[in-house]
Amino acid sequence: MTLLIEQTLNGIQLGLLMFLLAAGLTLVFGIMDLVNLAHGSLYMFGAYFCASFTAWTDSFVIGALLALPAALLLGVIVEVVVARKLYRRDHLDHVLATFGLILIANDLVRLVWGPDGRRIPLPAWLNQPIYLTPDLPYPTYRFAVIVVGAAVALFLYWLVTRTRTGMWIRAGASNRTMIGALGINVELLFTLVFGLGAVLAALAGLMAAPIVTVSIGMGDNILILAFVIIVIGGIGSIKGAFIAAMIVGMIDTLGRALLPDLLKTFLSVAAANTAAPALSSMMIYLLMAGVLVWRSTGLFGARG
Amino acid sequence: MAETMLKVDSLVKRFGGLVATDSLSLDVRAGEVHALIGPNGAGKTTLIAQLSGFLQPDSGRITFDGRDITLLPAAARVRLGLSRSFQITSVLRDFTALDNVALAEQARQGHSFRFWRSARADRSLRAPGRAALEEVGLAHRADDPAASLSHGEQRQLEVAMAMACDPRLLLLDEPMAGMGPEESARMVDLLRRLRGRRTMLLIEHDMDAVFALADRITVLVYGRAIATGTPAEIRANEAVRTAYLGEAESG
Amino acid sequence: MAGLLTPLTTWRGRITALLLVLLGLLPWYAPWLDAAGIISQKFALTLMTRVLILAIAAVSLNLILGYGGMVSFGHAVYIGLGGYTVGIMAHHGVQDGFLQFPLAIGLSALLALAIGALSLRTRGVYFIMLTLAFAQLLYYVGVGLEAYGGDDGLTINRRSDFAGLLPTRGLDKIVAFYIVSFVVLVLVLWLVHRLVNARFGMALRGTKSNETRMQALGFATFHYRLAAFVIAGAICGLAGALLANHTEFISPAMMHWTRSGDLIVMVVLGGMGSLFGPLYGAIAFLLLEEFLPSLLRLVLTWLHGGISAVLGGAAIGTLDAWLRLAEYWQIALGTIMILVVLYARGGIDSLFGRPRHG
Repeated sequence: MTLLIEQTLNGIQLGLLMFLLAAGLTLVFGIMDLVNLAHGSLYMFGAYFCASFTAWTDSFVIGALLALPAALLLGVIVEVVVARKLYRRDHLDHVLATFGLILIANDLVRLVWGPDGRRIPLPAWLNQPIYLTPDLPYPTYRFAVIVVGAAVALFLYWLVTRTRTGMWIRAGASNRTMIGALGINVELLFTLVFGLGAVLAALAGLMAAPIVTVSIGMGDNILILAFVIIVIGGIGSIKGAFIAAMIVGMIDTLGRALLPDLLKTFLSVAAANTAAPALSSMMIYLLMAGVLVWRSTGLFGARG
Repeated sequence: MAETMLKVDSLVKRFGGLVATDSLSLDVRAGEVHALIGPNGAGKTTLIAQLSGFLQPDSGRITFDGRDITLLPAAARVRLGLSRSFQITSVLRDFTALDNVALAEQARQGHSFRFWRSARADRSLRAPGRAALEEVGLAHRADDPAASLSHGEQRQLEVAMAMACDPRLLLLDEPMAGMGPEESARMVDLLRRLRGRRTMLLIEHDMDAVFALADRITVLVYGRAIATGTPAEIRANEAVRTAYLGEAESG
Repeated sequence: MAGLLTPLTTWRGRITALLLVLLGLLPWYAPWLDAAGIISQKFALTLMTRVLILAIAAVSLNLILGYGGMVSFGHAVYIGLGGYTVGIMAHHGVQDGFLQFPLAIGLSALLALAIGALSLRTRGVYFIMLTLAFAQLLYYVGVGLEAYGGDDGLTINRRSDFAGLLPTRGLDKIVAFYIVSFVVLVLVLWLVHRLVNARFGMALRGTKSNETRMQALGFATFHYRLAAFVIAGAICGLAGALLANHTEFISPAMMHWTRSGDLIVMVVLGGMGSLFGPLYGAIAFLLLEEFLPSLLRLVLTWLHGGISAVLGGAAIGTLDAWLRLAEYWQIALGTIMILVVLYARGGIDSLFGRPRHG
């Protein structure tokens, strides 16, 4: 039972991280109609920035806080130099150009930070268990990730549904010609949205960093998961991204935790240990295929 | 009285709160040119889309030659002999004019699961294609890419493609849209030559053309058919005059 | 073979013909290159075999992407399936190529039928993502196959045996396999050429150009798209079977999504919807991958020499430090890709004159 609660919390934590990554992706996709494969690179840069700033300031928290504006700056540069030129092109062009960006990003990181992975040391107060109930310890850091993730999700919800900027964003995501008609500086809005996406991706990356090790290409596989999430949720829908991210986080975590024991009942231990993570990854793609075959624009999607 | 070829029975199509087709009934008789007129937003193009299978009605029935085709996909309707042209020119722009009509002929001849012989060297496709271009007066542009044709020529090609399917009923969605007077006159000429040989349901804003060509006219207002009759009857119809012809300019 | 080449009177035709002759005769002049110290014969043949095989895969992708307008982001999955079919059969002692290859092609066709039947119901980016999802699904199947090496893959101890016709060791093996790959590529090009110009191809290309119009003409477009999807999958499965023989190794990495991305890059780099475009693209992409570091080193040496002559050597660091930058050649490759997308959309093929329609 304790295991189940712990794994459920891990699932929520992974889901929230995935949501941060997916939220930026779905906004950029919904508003600018840009398929940005390099979104995962922003995630990676967030982690590397944080690693450097943490080493520099000796504080993970300050390092993280410094990494966010750095990621914003990077996002704005990428938007102005490359992404902006792609908005009017077709999806195939997006795929190619941002695929090129991934190659550049990975080698650039290797050039600046070297080929080896990095670990971000946690301060002592984050590096100990917190007791949710007297007999239920849970890593403080993971709990902090849940708190921050949930806070940012609420902030996004507030931003999108309660503010003027959010109104433009919603208008843009559902009907792109409309924002032009509203007399808004569209270029600036696009740059801001892209920058916001970069910050969210970097936040996800730097929060994941102490758990997974910072390494080159760390964004490549998780990016595909983020795409799966926004496609399941329906492109442009923050709500859809949130729900799908939670489902995916749960499937992945619980699958990895529970499947080995289940598989061991009819497979060898070695085979079960190899098959279980693969199977839980497969379940996510099966879910997406199922959703799309059932509803061709995702759970909350309006257009294709 | 000629037999009914197409019968539309209390067709309804809603978009959200807007009723685009409002329990509309209509019949097109074999051999006639039946014109559909009405102010903008009357639901003419929506109706064509439902008749040709690109939109599913919410309720009602469409019968073609006594067969219920309400649920049939577009391609299957063409094979039964019901083909359409588009209001917004919809030709295959990367292909030559001849390729465009030859493709229509290819579809007419049955499935295209033929993987080896070159289609462009196939006389059984090219000859009828050339004939179709000849018929609309485009023979001299046969080998030019459709994208390079003038607007009027593309409209002619549009009609040639619909005709090359050898339909028994031709749905023409504003064939004269965006044409100059000279091009319009040529199109009216073309349609007049087709008259009697093909049954046509014609949507058109150009009233001169409509009254010159149509055997019968149906007037659509807000998705409803408010009157059907000969041109003379329609001209005399009080309801039509107030709802439609009375307006200064239909646009 | 007539009709495969563009007329030799055009530059386009001449360049293509020259390229095919150069590729076809490589085994015969490679020893000279070796003797002249330009490139080792074995290395040249091995590298170019890989180019030919991936060109076959790219040509198959071009059938659906370039001619059919279907952006499949999971095409490498058929390379994987073709490869695993050969590898798994070899692992169990079945070496007969006349069994392995038809099975590899047939299974790939079946997989394409299943993926296509589900994916082709969606449009746009949902189609891209669905094809990607199915490919990732199979990728994780590969990862989960503990019996066949899981993540680490599986070494193939013996290549496919075609009634003992192919040499099994030494340079002869490499030369023979190069020739086989070249012949298969030419046959595939010929097949695709016939397909896209036949009625089927006209229907497919019309569907890419304007699907609504094609339906209005009476084409059941879904069926033609699906058929093309299956044919492309089958051809790519063949490429996978060849690749497994070439590398004598299979692993899930063969079907990772970035491999599918590579194939798209090859097709677009070469020129979509032109018969030889994917071949140019495969050559350009794989040779860039292979030689870009050396090329960069050359450029950096020049630059360093020039600048140090002006500013003095001490000011700009040692040549060694500069040359180390060449390790980061992917930055240059990525930049080239972005520049091609932004400024040279027709691909390499368009540089040789107006793309021919067919």
